[in-house]
Amino acid sequence: MIGGLFIYNHKGEVLISRVYRDDIGSQIADSALFSSSSLRHSPVDAFRVNVIHARQQVRSPVTNIARTSFFHVKRSNIWLAAVTKQNVNAAMVFEFLYKMCDVMAAYFGKISEENIKNNFVLIYELLDEILDFGYPQNSETGALKTFITQQGIKSQTKEEQSQITSQVTGQIGWRREGIKYRRNELFLDVLESVNLLMSPQGQVLSAHVSGRVVMKSYLSGMPECKFGMNDKIVIEKQGKGTADETSKSGKQSIAIDDCTFHQCVRLSKFDSERSISFIPPDGEFELMRYRTTKDIILPFRVIPLVREVGRTKLEVKVVIKSNFKPSLLAQKIEVRIPTPLNTSGVQVICMKGKAKYKASENAIVWKIKRMAGMKESQISAEIELLPTNDKKKWARPPISMNFEVPFAPSGLKVRYLKVFEPKLNYSDHDVIKWVRYIGRSGIYETRC
Amino acid sequence: MTDSKYFTTTKKGEIFELKAELNSDKKEKKKEAVKKVIASMTVGKDVSALFPDVVNCMQTDNLELKKLVYLYLMNYAKSQPDMAIMAVNTFVKDCEDPNPLIRALAVRTMGCIRVDKITEYLCEPLRKCLKDEDPYVRKTAAVCVAKLHDINAQLVEDQGFLDTLKDLISDSNPMVVANAVAALSEIAESHPSSNLLDLNPQSINKLLTALNECTEWGQIFILDCLANYTPKDDREAQSICERVTPRLSHANSAVVLSAVKVLMKFMEMLSKDLDYYGTLLKKLAPPLVTLLSAEPELQYVALRNINLIVQKRPEILKHEMKVFFVKYNDPIYVKLEKLDIMIRLASQANIAQVLAELKEYATEVDVDFVRKAVRAIGRCAIKVEQSAERCVSTLLDLIQTKVNYVVQEAIVVIKDIFRKYPNKYESVIATLCENLDSLDEPEARAAMIWIVGEYAERIDNADELLESFLEGFHDESTQVQLQLLTAIVKLFLKKPTETQELVQQVLSLATQDSDNPDLRDRGYIYWRLLSTDPVAAKEVVLAEKPLISEETDLIEPTLLDELICYIGTLASVYHKPPSAFVEGGRGVVHKSLPPRTASSESTESPETAPAGAPPGEQPDVIPAQGDLLGDLLNLDLGPPVSGPPLATTSVQMGAVDLLGGGLDSLVCPGPLWIGGPNFVAPPAAAVPASLGAPIGSGLSDLFDLTSGVGTLSGSYVAPKAVWLPAMKAKGLEISGTFTRQVGSISMDLQLTNKALQVMTDFAIQFNRNSFGLAPAAPLQVHAPLSPNQTVEISLPLNTVGSVMKMEPLNNLQVAVKNNIDVFYFSTLYPLHILFVEDGKMDRQMFLATWKDIPNENEAQFQIRDCPLNAEAVSSKLQSSNIFTIAKRNVEGQDMLYQSLKLTNGIWVLAELRIQPGNPSFTVRLSLKCRAPEVSQHVYQAYETILKN
Repeated sequence: MIGGLFIYNHKGEVLISRVYRDDIGSQIADSALFSSSSLRHSPVDAFRVNVIHARQQVRSPVTNIARTSFFHVKRSNIWLAAVTKQNVNAAMVFEFLYKMCDVMAAYFGKISEENIKNNFVLIYELLDEILDFGYPQNSETGALKTFITQQGIKSQTKEEQSQITSQVTGQIGWRREGIKYRRNELFLDVLESVNLLMSPQGQVLSAHVSGRVVMKSYLSGMPECKFGMNDKIVIEKQGKGTADETSKSGKQSIAIDDCTFHQCVRLSKFDSERSISFIPPDGEFELMRYRTTKDIILPFRVIPLVREVGRTKLEVKVVIKSNFKPSLLAQKIEVRIPTPLNTSGVQVICMKGKAKYKASENAIVWKIKRMAGMKESQISAEIELLPTNDKKKWARPPISMNFEVPFAPSGLKVRYLKVFEPKLNYSDHDVIKWVRYIGRSGIYETRC
Repeated sequence: MTDSKYFTTTKKGEIFELKAELNSDKKEKKKEAVKKVIASMTVGKDVSALFPDVVNCMQTDNLELKKLVYLYLMNYAKSQPDMAIMAVNTFVKDCEDPNPLIRALAVRTMGCIRVDKITEYLCEPLRKCLKDEDPYVRKTAAVCVAKLHDINAQLVEDQGFLDTLKDLISDSNPMVVANAVAALSEIAESHPSSNLLDLNPQSINKLLTALNECTEWGQIFILDCLANYTPKDDREAQSICERVTPRLSHANSAVVLSAVKVLMKFMEMLSKDLDYYGTLLKKLAPPLVTLLSAEPELQYVALRNINLIVQKRPEILKHEMKVFFVKYNDPIYVKLEKLDIMIRLASQANIAQVLAELKEYATEVDVDFVRKAVRAIGRCAIKVEQSAERCVSTLLDLIQTKVNYVVQEAIVVIKDIFRKYPNKYESVIATLCENLDSLDEPEARAAMIWIVGEYAERIDNADELLESFLEGFHDESTQVQLQLLTAIVKLFLKKPTETQELVQQVLSLATQDSDNPDLRDRGYIYWRLLSTDPVAAKEVVLAEKPLISEETDLIEPTLLDELICYIGTLASVYHKPPSAFVEGGRGVVHKSLPPRTASSESTESPETAPAGAPPGEQPDVIPAQGDLLGDLLNLDLGPPVSGPPLATTSVQMGAVDLLGGGLDSLVCPGPLWIGGPNFVAPPAAAVPASLGAPIGSGLSDLFDLTSGVGTLSGSYVAPKAVWLPAMKAKGLEISGTFTRQVGSISMDLQLTNKALQVMTDFAIQFNRNSFGLAPAAPLQVHAPLSPNQTVEISLPLNTVGSVMKMEPLNNLQVAVKNNIDVFYFSTLYPLHILFVEDGKMDRQMFLATWKDIPNENEAQFQIRDCPLNAEAVSSKLQSSNIFTIAKRNVEGQDMLYQSLKLTNGIWVLAELRIQPGNPSFTVRLSLKCRAPEVSQHVYQAYETILKN
């Protein structure tokens, strides 16, 4: 299991260090004759020397130094490292490190050196709670916030205490009892990122949508929720009775390759009936993630044309076409056209939006604020090159695109979200529900 | 709010100030002071001097202050064990607190204070907390048992905590169950023999129920534990699988991977005819693909695991090639892994797409990635015959780019393509020759030379080309030298008239002017062959080469099966068994997949076997040289452990290598010069039998040298091996061996001064080791060692030094000092030097002991090629202090019962089964010992003694 956890700043100074097991701290050789340089270091130093200060780019998130394994993740300038000498569950260690980042962010916002120093007592307290002898324990912020706070410990009544402990260890560790709202309300966001890799000839090499359903719930009591969407398997199952309906609704249903759920969802029920039922945590959480590859609506098509004119000039023409209902508007459109390293000057002409050559990023960045569906726009550029005797050809990185559209490129639709709370007197109809669809570009690239 | 101010105090006299503040009456001031102390502790300052003052603050109602003091205690209690006792009272009191949070905090912290004296006081509170009414306290206490076990295992057993822990598996609270499972699993790892977890259908059912209810982390603990269970039949396996599959939809990737591990393992037991088997295969693919949309670090873990899964069951992901296409912004470690999997999934159906991708990658920036992509193109050519032509032309395109490392990599893979499809693509040789000058890496040069030698008859100026390499012969690396030697001999055999001078030249360079024994030996063999029997020479040197296999780089099947049992863990990330990177006994238990049930075996029909790789015919895998080396060297990147295993293996291999390895490379230029991953060493059996004799006699003078050394009486003595090469020790070369004669152990050393200056002031020291080996006298080198001088010293050893368990058990780390510097090396000593003279057990005693040692401790081994009869075996072993107690003949087999004792009093009992008529001369050995970890080494000792 995890033997210790360290947080470093970008210089490699230790901000937090918590050792759970002795094995990681033990020195390998103790006689004076044996003190060779790398072993004299404690694990804290070994990581700094070998990873943070390493000359080379990081080649692996798992490093083995003197029989000790280091797992690290980086958040802005901060390094989090988990250390072990045993054959731990590696996936669990990384999941835990991410979770720890989430917990810290939920308590004090951005993970920065300043915030960590300002909250180091709190962090130690959290580490003590969520990792015991290297075994991760309940790390749901909802539960943690009931008894670990930044304002010191409030005195609790006996009932409160037992309520805390039963929540932390209980079956529904993510929600406490007795939550009350005057207005029962919930928000559903379907957030999709559409990924594309297209060949210069316009052939789709790979495309997929990875989507998330994020829910914000402000509901009283312990509500039992049921979520439905236009999942092909469900629709076909239901449509069996009336053949009519199958053909009608079948058109709009989508094939989901795979989905994963927040731990509040009853997985065995999904496995047997494919129904998504759960008691939600209070506030915001990610209900599910899914992935689709079939029948994706690609909101934009990029048509590149690069011509080398002699050794010192390139002509680039890029056309983008929007491919969705004319009534909808795409926003925050950005096209990034890479330029060779030996570019000396660039002239750009674009029909719409603004385009600029950014020397520091080796790219022409073309930004358009808004664009309706079924339109097209074009940019052309002349790139002057410095003559070089570098034999190596320019690698021609792909043209990438960013955008945001108000629909789900996968075609996913929320059919219902029903709320039942038998103990309190509000019904499904009293709950105010909001649904929103946002499609964003993931890695949306066209080779040129 | 701004706690960061605590980090900035760097004044002198700070400790005194803190002391005053800690003793202040004001609560706020006290808390401030403790915070400052913790901050100093974090940045690495020693604040242990404040121990009593901090402990004084412990008696407080303020929970925040209490937690801070506890944090301090956990860090420093070990350095101040006597003071730590002061804290015990408060802990015991806190364990009775009405607030469950405080009770749990106390028991949690107490377990972290690793002071032996405290553990006694911990028992009572822990016992209470294990039965506490509050689940939060119980789940904390469960982990505490594991903590206590780590400090004092005996105490935990004596106090009966293990039974209480087992009871907690039936607890009503899922989190308590999960933590109890985690604690028991950890404890069980250090007691491989005990049946602690006692998994049976009832307890499995309980775990599966808790699985649905506990936290994501608890689910991981339970799934990892389930994976260790072996269902009694396929029906049980299926019903567990059915209850585990829903976990594949969990948001936590670790839950998913652990579920995949259980399913992959239990699938072994399911019949392929079952509908359910097919359903399960289909269910596995989507979650594995989904893992690739996780954060990059998790993607890396997932990809390393997918690499294993694809090798074990290629059918799962065969249609998912596209998801492994590399994205421009993927971190390099993700890119490299994806590339690996792409090659494994390449097939005729998708080869066009794969090649187009690979060509794209070959123009990227990262050198390693580009090289791997080029290499991958070559591997596609070898794997999918229909694509070979396209691959070759792609490679030629890449050579035209003239990017140095691309060209070199391309030449290396083209050589492999030539081996796979001989006489098909020779038209490209001309293009390759154009790039001769740009090759500066040994591997590429060696590949080019091999091509020239192999096709010498079609290259008009082959002699000129090879001659040009010969000019700088001594500056080349060994692999190039060896290759050049072979290539010129090939050329000579093909065009004898024009190249006589060239061959003379290379033979004299190799035999007279080189210190490299491999090169010299190969030179001599060629020389003798050519001078005695040119026809035989032709048969040997120009022999037809065995085909190279399609699948390369595969993990050896037994290791693969073991790694499948470790899906999700570090072992699966490193692709090494845990014993390769975990110290001590923990987690070194070998795991293996459950055997397929008999019924399914018989019903298996060819139609159901998947197209990719039918499981019946496991591909013959010979690990690439790089892998072997990797295993020997271990994973360790730290400098001190680099040498040892190699040193001893060279002893065993040295003698064989001249005939075995050396000849292999004659017959077909194999393992000696190709370091690349995609080469499979040809089998040694390819040597025509008739050739054995003349070579053997020709070389006998070489062997005479070694066979005369050592062996007077007493235990078998291995020939001296070089432990510390002169290169690593500023000219001091140390070789040596271990002997045991009439009860005394010594280390026979040969020190050679290969430097230009005189060496004096020798001293030696050993690091702590498993059996307490230590020098019994100082290292006596009487006169200074002048350059080129060698001295032989016998260093007497005893076994009263301090003991620390080493990995491997017989590893010995040695430091030698002289007037120039201190040098370190490590070596492995044969265990039989520790077999004592009075190791003969009484017959009755033997029987009783044999029965007494549990069966789990029994280890079975086979010693092959041992053509001795029972008497010879017995007397041979007796001279090394392995005593035969009884002999029996059962059904034509001779059974010998033997005993031996190690210097530290460990008895090892052996049963040796010799089958006289057995054509392969295999001797079966069963060892029983209370310390099963020595068995492996005792077996090695047996083998060494019997074979010499």
